[in-house]
Amino acid sequence: MTEFSEAFAAAFSLLISLDPDLAEIVLLSLSVSLVAVFIAIVVGMPLGAALAVFNFRGRRLAVVGLSSLMGLPPVVVGLIVYMLLSRSGPLGVLGLLFTPTAMIIAQVILVVPIIAALTRQVVEELWGEYQEQLRSLGATPRQALPTLLWDGRFSLITAMLAGFGRAIAEVGAVMIVGGNIDHATRVMTTAIALEVSKGDLALALGLGIVLILISISVNALGHLIKPSEVKPTYQNRVAVNEGMR
Amino acid sequence: MKTFSAMALLLSLSVLLLTGSARAEQPFITLASTTSTQNSGLFGYILPQFTELSGIEVRVVAVGTGQAIRLARNGDADVLLVHHRPSEQRFVAEQHGVDRRDVMYNDFVIVGPTADPAGIQGMDDAAAALKKLAAASTVFVSRGDDSGTHKKERGLWAAAEIDPTIASGGWYRETGSGMGATLNAASAMNGYALADRGTWMSFKNKGALTVMVEGDSRLFNPYGVILVNPVKHPHIKADAGRRFVDWITSAAGQDAIATFRIGGQPLFYPNPR
Amino acid sequence: MTTDSILPLELRSVNFEAQGKRLIKDLSCTFEPGLRTIVIGPNGAGKSLFLRLCHGLLQPASGQVVWHGGGQDVTRSQGMVFQRPVMLRRSVHANVEYALSVRGVPRKMRHTIIDEVLQRTGLSRFADYPARQLSFGEQQRLALARVWALKPQILFLDEPTASLDPPATHLVEQIIEAIDAAGTRIVMTTHDLGQARRLADEVMFLHRGRLLEHAPAQQFFDEPKNDQARAFVRGELLWWHRKNPLHKPGSKEEIGS
Repeated sequence: MTEFSEAFAAAFSLLISLDPDLAEIVLLSLSVSLVAVFIAIVVGMPLGAALAVFNFRGRRLAVVGLSSLMGLPPVVVGLIVYMLLSRSGPLGVLGLLFTPTAMIIAQVILVVPIIAALTRQVVEELWGEYQEQLRSLGATPRQALPTLLWDGRFSLITAMLAGFGRAIAEVGAVMIVGGNIDHATRVMTTAIALEVSKGDLALALGLGIVLILISISVNALGHLIKPSEVKPTYQNRVAVNEGMR
Repeated sequence: MKTFSAMALLLSLSVLLLTGSARAEQPFITLASTTSTQNSGLFGYILPQFTELSGIEVRVVAVGTGQAIRLARNGDADVLLVHHRPSEQRFVAEQHGVDRRDVMYNDFVIVGPTADPAGIQGMDDAAAALKKLAAASTVFVSRGDDSGTHKKERGLWAAAEIDPTIASGGWYRETGSGMGATLNAASAMNGYALADRGTWMSFKNKGALTVMVEGDSRLFNPYGVILVNPVKHPHIKADAGRRFVDWITSAAGQDAIATFRIGGQPLFYPNPR
Repeated sequence: MTTDSILPLELRSVNFEAQGKRLIKDLSCTFEPGLRTIVIGPNGAGKSLFLRLCHGLLQPASGQVVWHGGGQDVTRSQGMVFQRPVMLRRSVHANVEYALSVRGVPRKMRHTIIDEVLQRTGLSRFADYPARQLSFGEQQRLALARVWALKPQILFLDEPTASLDPPATHLVEQIIEAIDAAGTRIVMTTHDLGQARRLADEVMFLHRGRLLEHAPAQQFFDEPKNDQARAFVRGELLWWHRKNPLHKPGSKEEIGS
């Protein structure tokens, strides 16, 4: 198992040498996935919240459908986006195939269901707690949406991180629509796949270690923002005790 | 508020990165090609020379020959560089491409475990070697992905008058993936495989694999370059694409190919004139 | 916002059902302006349901809730404070501001209103605190400040001091009196007879979903007409009289004061 030690050595030397090719790949990975997650948040959070708050015909069907879409196979999404963006496809004129934009589109499709479904769950729980109060204050469901999203913000960070995890780790879709073009659309995962196909398993694993480190850093950042559940203050405990008396 | 400012930071970072990645670009063409040329490192060596000369970046999408041809047929690439002459000729005959030219060649080799349970090492008749493999039922790992190498392999089986797909899943194993993945599988299963010499020589996970059969004229592996038909696909970058085709078949391009070496050995040979 | 009064409020033969069970039975009453109404009764009497029906959070199965005043915007002219009010996950100041923004109060006018209600509820120094870190008593005062900022014509309070200690209860009662003095009609439930005596102009006695007595406070406490009410005022344990065994004996609040 010298490959593992070689892999760690490769990862280490990649990191400390600040290899410019690696930096480019890492930056592209991050930018594509962050933009994809951002767009997915803008689309998915209101969608999930609306599913939680509004009652309409087919709501349960929509909820089930959304949950199932969380498991969309990336390769299938990649294929569909490829067929749409191909010059022979309906959106071919845009010339987006083999660009970072195409990769963002594929990732958005993969991430929106995750963020929307997790948001629905968070907001539905919160809506149960808030509904009477907000209605009493005079808020319409439409006004309640942003309130619930804002008040659920700490729980929603988990949804965002789940979406980011899916986006940054995904290889099947970005390989097809991005093409793994050096200096243009090569990201961490497709670079790893390429090194595997070259038989350079140590370098592939080294890149994998770098990817995992990045993933850990982003998650740590997310949890820094998210305070651990607010602990009852002294005053609160006293109030609880006295309330029981 | 802390959350809000952190989210604003994240957003501005993403936008910054996005605009950064969409920075002013030099003109480029998209080249649909095979994994064998990409994985061997040939493009990494010769393409910068073309870019420096012409100011045109070449973006390589490396897939199997079959898929590369489909990409080009859909108009998703400007130039095609593959290695299966019958498919290339059909591509031109069907008006998908124009001006097919020979670029370079090397050869295929049959690789296998040094223990050589089928006893084919040193043979120079590929078809006879495959016959022996089939008779011994030793593991043979096939690309199974409609690539140039896969098409060549099927041709060799036909020459040996054997249909190995009957044993598919048995000793005949189709990976359905690229050359590298197939060699990884062969290495792991101690099996035999057909590989192009370029990928083989640059492959780093050979394990116990070594070259068994080479030198058969049927193992000849010519590469051709084709410009995608601008009449059929008006959007393609015909001028830049033509410049690339002209360059790679010119003395300068051919020199670049000839001087690409791994461990002192050439992987590809310029086309004989 | 209209200044016309939406009062009086009349309930006509209101019934409310949940899961096939009638929980409010044939309830009729009228709230005229200018009085403080305290709704009392043992747990499970339907006091909370009654307030929610008045406030419009629940719809009656039959009967009507009618606002007789000429005021146009009925929902915007009332407020409610819950036994466990929801504190939004933001500062004390922002909690009040949220209520104002929902009602469309212009941004420029909000700050004066917020400062005033926070000061009158004694919360000025907590303005920038996260609301959820306040004690229960402070949270209840914030709920009052939040609804007071909306200047409702009628305010429903559902056991606002149920889980508070005496000093906190005292502060809340003071605020309720101030809101009343500022011209808001108060309708409040409690199971605390002492509190009812302190605050009531008129008393409604609910038992098992029925309105058994609705009388001026003095008259109610001196000699309740209804024997159940009499027992309740005397501090007897009402569940002995109950035929419905669903009610769980043993909860301390039953004992009354």
